[in-house]
Amino acid sequence: MSDHAEHAGHVVPVKIYVGVFLALLVLTGLTTTVAYIDLGQTHIGLHHEIDWNTVAALTIAVAKMLLVVLFFMHVKYSPGLTRLVVAAGFFWLAIMVALTLSDELARDWTDTAQPWSVLLPLAGSLAKVPALLALLLRS
Amino acid sequence: MAHTAHSPALVHQFETAEQQHEAGNLGMWVFLATEVMFFGGVFMAYIVYRALHLPAFIQGSHFLNVTLGATNTAVLICSSLTMALAIHAAQTGKSKSTIMMYLILTMLLGIAFLGIKFTFEWTADWREGLVPGLHFTYSGAYSSGVQLFFCFYFFMTGLHALHMIIGLGILTTLTVMASRGRFNSVYFAPLEVSGLYWHFVDIVWIFLFPLLYLIGGRYGGGH
Repeated sequence: MSDHAEHAGHVVPVKIYVGVFLALLVLTGLTTTVAYIDLGQTHIGLHHEIDWNTVAALTIAVAKMLLVVLFFMHVKYSPGLTRLVVAAGFFWLAIMVALTLSDELARDWTDTAQPWSVLLPLAGSLAKVPALLALLLRS
Repeated sequence: MAHTAHSPALVHQFETAEQQHEAGNLGMWVFLATEVMFFGGVFMAYIVYRALHLPAFIQGSHFLNVTLGATNTAVLICSSLTMALAIHAAQTGKSKSTIMMYLILTMLLGIAFLGIKFTFEWTADWREGLVPGLHFTYSGAYSSGVQLFFCFYFFMTGLHALHMIIGLGILTTLTVMASRGRFNSVYFAPLEVSGLYWHFVDIVWIFLFPLLYLIGGRYGGGH
């Protein structure tokens, strides 16, 4: 608190605001340009593919979001508690997306052997570890 | 500390202006976390239905005007800069006319965004018969899936536009407050938390632009 006693809140230099603004404009131009270039797809498994144009567009969007959140919204200069609330907001969003997609993307996995199927016996063995540990501890 | 308990800007439950400032920002961020989940639900639905109707959503995306979408992105980024500069002007003790100028610029840019959205984009969609439920005449490939895409398009951009309109109302209030000399380098909390809201609405558009306009084979005729 001692470093900003004269003003309430950190005063971000105008130079940084203008720099972030220019970076955001450049990234907007970049994402628009990249959309017209075929970056191709990579197939994973039998049913899914990674569309690299989508990956590029979303990566640039996340970069723009971070610039806005950190500098325009002052999170870079905010106390830990505020940062925790910000991170929690996006973390809860990530939980919703991850759990929904784990269902949505895995629906057609049944009845077809996948490369990861070889790991299933291993996973079964790992599941027994806690019970074995409990037995050892009791004896 | 320069601020005493007698400062009119400091309410009694806070020890210092700094503590009051941090508490206000924290409260706004808690609200914004609920907004993240509010928009997040719509984004999640869009992701799932896009995966289920991929060719239709790509077809639908091709009806949108990328130039107008990119222009609007730039307009919103400009408005975020002027909003940040309005807060900066208050923080550094600039005159009320400087604060008002930045606030009015932010409002004009917000109005420009809505103007482009409503008068150029939505009007064109109506002319082309791409408004589900009211005026949908497209009967080409994947027509029912394209209709679904436009349901999402109007709901998402409409929800975003509603937030912009609320933001314009907030900015009007702030401009009136600024004209009465309410803000100074110690007290500018309404500017700061409204700025957080305005930047958040900008972030929503930063994701809507690629998701609706860009992804899905702009480079060719689709897959």
